[in-house]
Amino acid sequence: MAKIGVLGLQGAVREHVRSIEANGAEAVVVKRPEQLDELDGLILPGGESTAMRRLIDRYGFMEPLRAFGKSGRPMFGTCAGLILLAGEVIGYKEPHLGLMNITVERNSFGRQKESFEANLSINGVADDYNAVFIRAPHIVSAGEGTEVLAECDGRIVAARDRHYLGCSFHPELTDDHRITAYFIGMAEQVKAPLAHS
Amino acid sequence: MNTGTDRVKRGMAEMQKGGVIMDVVNAEQAKIAEEAGAVAVMALERVPSDIRKAGGVARMADPRIVEEVMNAVTIPVMAKARIGHIVEARVLEAMGVDYLDESEVLTPADEEYHLLKSDFTVPFVCGCRDIGEAARRIGEGASMLRTKGEPGTGNIVEAVRHMRKVNAQVRKLVHMNEDEVMTEAKIHGAPFEVLMQIKKEGRLPVVNFAAGGIATPADAALMMELGADGVFVGSGIFKSENPAKFARAIVEATTHYQDYKLIAELSKELGEPMRGLEIAGIAAADRMQERGW
Repeated sequence: MAKIGVLGLQGAVREHVRSIEANGAEAVVVKRPEQLDELDGLILPGGESTAMRRLIDRYGFMEPLRAFGKSGRPMFGTCAGLILLAGEVIGYKEPHLGLMNITVERNSFGRQKESFEANLSINGVADDYNAVFIRAPHIVSAGEGTEVLAECDGRIVAARDRHYLGCSFHPELTDDHRITAYFIGMAEQVKAPLAHS
Repeated sequence: MNTGTDRVKRGMAEMQKGGVIMDVVNAEQAKIAEEAGAVAVMALERVPSDIRKAGGVARMADPRIVEEVMNAVTIPVMAKARIGHIVEARVLEAMGVDYLDESEVLTPADEEYHLLKSDFTVPFVCGCRDIGEAARRIGEGASMLRTKGEPGTGNIVEAVRHMRKVNAQVRKLVHMNEDEVMTEAKIHGAPFEVLMQIKKEGRLPVVNFAAGGIATPADAALMMELGADGVFVGSGIFKSENPAKFARAIVEATTHYQDYKLIAELSKELGEPMRGLEIAGIAAADRMQERGW
């Protein structure tokens, strides 16, 4: 069984845990960098990206998170988590983790009153997916080798680059666990050869 | 695309969980709060302890201040409207404020009716002291709750009372037989459907933050220990000697509320916290928590 961590510094941690467990995998709330060692995959949840970044810095999570990604273990960023994963953030000189080959823009759909729900088709996941966007970022451009998984209103809102998965919306806020299942599948694929070696 | 749905409004509050929302009165304070790791700021003309001191009628903040704060930070900005003041709420919504607080800290505009919050696209947070108040506010469309506490006092006792009470009443409801819920609804003046929903889900359907009287990092951690989803800090931060340091300490204590060694470190040399008021010394008419119906 895959062991999936949820970065537990701030935000919708409980909801991701619920979604992981609904898919029959084991969930771990990660509050300390040393907890990363035991995981097969990691979810960076929705929340406030600036607040999470402050806590990442203060608890020495920056390098361990980058090392986690570089070890080839899958990471999945939702909303604020997507911003943390991105290689480039519009308006900022430096990215946060800078792991995923995409450029994102924060709050690009507007303020809270412009937050919305919409039906999406997500490649390889679902063609009837109800997505919740809250002060959401969007993917301005996807780099070479990055597969665009979903668009909304002509904007990229979900993508996969190697073992990195990211979306602008909040799968954790609905009872539709298909995208989490897709991510757990990614983690199991990486885990399988390791287990037999 | 659907805007202003329950999911979008309640979801916004879910994203604030485990975080600290700070009262600010200008752009400079908002930046300090954002830098310290606040998940949102509450834009005000005066913090509650100054409202208490000034007396008179407390109203919605000057829109200039709200605008200044909105332009200064990228985190969500909240603002307060008077209880039942439809127009103050509509004005703040039109300005694009991210979350409204229909707040007893301001002088109520209506002593009988609260806002019908389900009518708005912008989400609302409201104060509650017990499950009746919590359920009535949810019934009106509030997407987030907070304890009322006793604002501007630096005294945590009322927030503790309200958090414990709501959680104890939720536990009781969850374990109750279904045929007992209607009488429970009658006792608390709570909408039956909301109580049934709480019973079914085993918890409140919206997040519940602590507010009113949080003055130290240990206070913030205590409220998390008691089951708060996050904390609002009002007068405590910018009335302290070193607001930036104090704000960081509150954020860290909220994240790691069970790491007591860390809280000890954070609490060192923070300077004098706000002086604090004994609740018994506040005349009944001056207690903000009594406002709301």
